[in-house]
Amino acid sequence: MKVVIVGCGRVGAVLAESFDAAGHEVVVVDLSTSAFDRLHTSFAGSAVRGDGTDEDTLRRAGAEDADLFLSMTEGDNRNVMAAQLAHESLGARRVIAKINDPVRAAAYASLGIATLCRTVLMADAVLGFVGERVSGMPGIAAPTGDHHGTHHAAAEPPPATVVHATATAGTDAPTSPEA
Amino acid sequence: MFVLVIGGGKVGYYLTKELIESGHEVVLMEKDRSRAEQIADEIGSIVIAHDGCEGKYLGEAGCARADIVAAVTGDDEDNLVICQMAKHHFDVRRTIARVNNPKNESLFKHLGVDEIISPTRMILGSIEQDIPVHELLHLAALGEGELELIEAHLQTGSPAVGRAPRDLDIPDGCSLFAIIRDGVALPLRPDTVMREGDKVIAIGKTECEALLHGQLIGDAETADAR
Repeated sequence: MKVVIVGCGRVGAVLAESFDAAGHEVVVVDLSTSAFDRLHTSFAGSAVRGDGTDEDTLRRAGAEDADLFLSMTEGDNRNVMAAQLAHESLGARRVIAKINDPVRAAAYASLGIATLCRTVLMADAVLGFVGERVSGMPGIAAPTGDHHGTHHAAAEPPPATVVHATATAGTDAPTSPEA
Repeated sequence: MFVLVIGGGKVGYYLTKELIESGHEVVLMEKDRSRAEQIADEIGSIVIAHDGCEGKYLGEAGCARADIVAAVTGDDEDNLVICQMAKHHFDVRRTIARVNNPKNESLFKHLGVDEIISPTRMILGSIEQDIPVHELLHLAALGEGELELIEAHLQTGSPAVGRAPRDLDIPDGCSLFAIIRDGVALPLRPDTVMREGDKVIAIGKTECEALLHGQLIGDAETADAR
């Protein structure tokens, strides 16, 4: 499948390398070319320099026919905007945005975007490790589309599960692997 | 009316002052603490020194009972998120966003922001009024944003020159209703013959724009031949 990743920080770079190693077509987008230094020399995907909240940049990165679009920059709002541009304007099939504010993460899950909340993930990891009670909130909140019956969110059939192993692809994996 | 203003830059500051002067209830959110204190010293304790993008602080600022939320920070992505949170999480009836990149206007509209103010577009509009252009000029968005008030400057090559509205193929849902000729506004009747130099004022659905462009301006090759 084709994977577009906005933000080549630690998480973005690790994901890019993993998808690349698994034989997927990967495009990484970052404002700074030095961020691409994080990628191992064996990385065979492509890197696009530009602003991930800019429609033209995302088109250049091929977000229009992306099977998976990940926005993983350090800015919650930038991630939200990039994800919505990809999902609503460009038609990327499946979108995950990193949103560290739990309230915003929950709100956007109800607007049709899978949201990854580092705050919840890390707090639960620590609490679980020391045997305290965890929040029980999912680390990645799947799109629910039920919140206020938002039209565009409700129109999309929500993916059955969002957290799944990368190798055994989910429900909407492409049927014609080219690699 | 209770207005929640997010962003204490120049726009947010003057907006807040004007709203207070007109007797509205206003709360301003500005995440930079020293800027927030500076504004509070001048206009009173209606300034909250927190990030208006954080759901928690929006709630504390009384977002749920706001009649209007105006997101006027300098960052488009922040303004989008503020309006969406206000709309979908706090059920605010009317949201207004400042947009810097004119290309973001359609995305914001599509994502449910009620009103979009683009200073870049406005300045561009003013400049375009003074220079010959082969484009339709957007004067205002009407209704819920699906209608546009448009001006077309008729020039050589325009299919409309020498013809009346009834002879043109005007797309459904569009109305040509006035012309400006020699600085005077005239009603545009079905049989009014349009001349070169006329400015035609129309209201139409956003999606009819390409058709209107073809009828009033002409296709690209004709215009370029000038």
